[in-house]
Amino acid sequence: MVTAAPALLEVRGLGIRYGDKVALQGVDLQVRPNEIFGLIGPANAGKTSFLRAINRMDEFVPNMRVEGEVRFAGHDVQHITNLYALRRRIGVVFPLPVGLPLSIYDNVALAPRLRGMRSRADLDAIVERCLRRAALWDEVKDRLQNLGSLLSGGQQQRLTIARALSQEPALLLLDEFSIAVDPVTTMRIEEVLKELRQELTIVLVTNLVQQARRLADRTAFFLGGRCVEIAETESLFSGGAKDQRTIDYLEGRFG
Amino acid sequence: MTRSAMDGFRATAHELRSLQAQRLMRLLFLMMALLLLVPVLGILGVLVVEGAPGMTWEFFSQKPSKLGAAGGIYPALVGTVWLTAVALMVALPLGVAAAVYLSEYARDNWLTRIINMAIVNLAGVPSIVHALFGVGAFVHFMNFGESILAASCTLAVMTLPVVIVSTREAMQAVPKAFREACWSMGATRWQTIWSIVLPNSVSGILTGLILVVSRAVGETAPIMFTGAVFLRLVPPESVFDRTMALSFHLYTVSTQVTGVPRHVPFAVALTLILVVLTMNALAIWFRMRLRGRKKW
Repeated sequence: MVTAAPALLEVRGLGIRYGDKVALQGVDLQVRPNEIFGLIGPANAGKTSFLRAINRMDEFVPNMRVEGEVRFAGHDVQHITNLYALRRRIGVVFPLPVGLPLSIYDNVALAPRLRGMRSRADLDAIVERCLRRAALWDEVKDRLQNLGSLLSGGQQQRLTIARALSQEPALLLLDEFSIAVDPVTTMRIEEVLKELRQELTIVLVTNLVQQARRLADRTAFFLGGRCVEIAETESLFSGGAKDQRTIDYLEGRFG
Repeated sequence: MTRSAMDGFRATAHELRSLQAQRLMRLLFLMMALLLLVPVLGILGVLVVEGAPGMTWEFFSQKPSKLGAAGGIYPALVGTVWLTAVALMVALPLGVAAAVYLSEYARDNWLTRIINMAIVNLAGVPSIVHALFGVGAFVHFMNFGESILAASCTLAVMTLPVVIVSTREAMQAVPKAFREACWSMGATRWQTIWSIVLPNSVSGILTGLILVVSRAVGETAPIMFTGAVFLRLVPPESVFDRTMALSFHLYTVSTQVTGVPRHVPFAVALTLILVVLTMNALAIWFRMRLRGRKKW
């Protein structure tokens, strides 16, 4: 139990609109350091919008309006002027793997290079460490110069994770990472995530209820743009859910 | 039920009609595609047959005499290369920069819409109007005089829409997901453009370049009043010189000069086409080298 530790991510009264359409409203939650915070809910629950608000990707989405407060490591992200520094501390993994059309090596070395690292030795070290941590090193170590965008889906998703880790983020946002990944790879990535919890904090958006159960310390249930319930994952799944909608969703009656 | 399952592969009358229509349409489209070859082969054929006698080394390497009725086309050949190269040097940076802005930075607002409309309209302006604009803007207002610089700037303005549109299309073809991945790791827009978007749209930019070269080499009207001359026996030495050009030379030897041997205009035209083809081949070769492997 780490209830006493200050929250890494603190969300108060978060609302998100796209034009007139409300995607999220009145969300309050806290993510503690070194926990895996699960976020479950059916389509259109506002899960992805929630992630976008955290690393300020709203800047790139026309019409997206964010209300309320998101504090990351004590700073209100709406008032951070250096958004690039904010995004560097937050790694993102999208639903569909994005292997950039660069070599495998350059994919992982991109973020360090963008922040000015030039030393070949340092880059080599980072690339190897990140690929190892993403459980991809053994499969690609002999062909680091091949194109990352031509790897298989599961490998690309691990490459994406390695790339996110190369930013040395404090927070890792995963948006339904297993949607385009086979079950075996999914299990491998889940093992990776469990180990990563030692070093960083993870927000895991998933539409697989059992995945949240396997990985998350606490889980929030989103529905129709509202946060219905947040609880310790164990208690949520062992009959501790208070809201009837949560119970119905967990038992697979909808969504 | 059983019967229809057994007969399932025998075509019904309706299916037969559909198949017939399908074959007919395919034939029709094939004919149209083949029809396209006719003018291309026709033009090339006539030019080669009629112009071949004139295609000698002396023709390329000597200056014209008797107002172009005899001698070679060396100054015009060099002049065309100058005009095209300078036009490219002006149009390419301007056009690519504008395309980068429109594709990567511009929001959908009234300014962007006006710019887009301007590009479309610029592409529709007749070349003789561009020529007059060039006279006013470059020869007189900018005080370039009648020179390669003025002519090339006129050509550049004329070809800008092509550069902009083809570059923008090429950049738009790079998946949005790549940009988002880059942005989300803290890259600025420019870093994203430089490391991901531009390298993957080079082939499209080169396509634009091919089109620009082809047009710039062949245009006559825009250079007629801005820098091309009827006869100038020495090749240009700077961008402020006036120059002969193949396209203008073709016009004069076919209509303005008397006593020109029949093969000369054809040889000039053939040379003009060969210059275009050579430059296109270079760009295509370069593009294929860049594209060598599939990126995603």
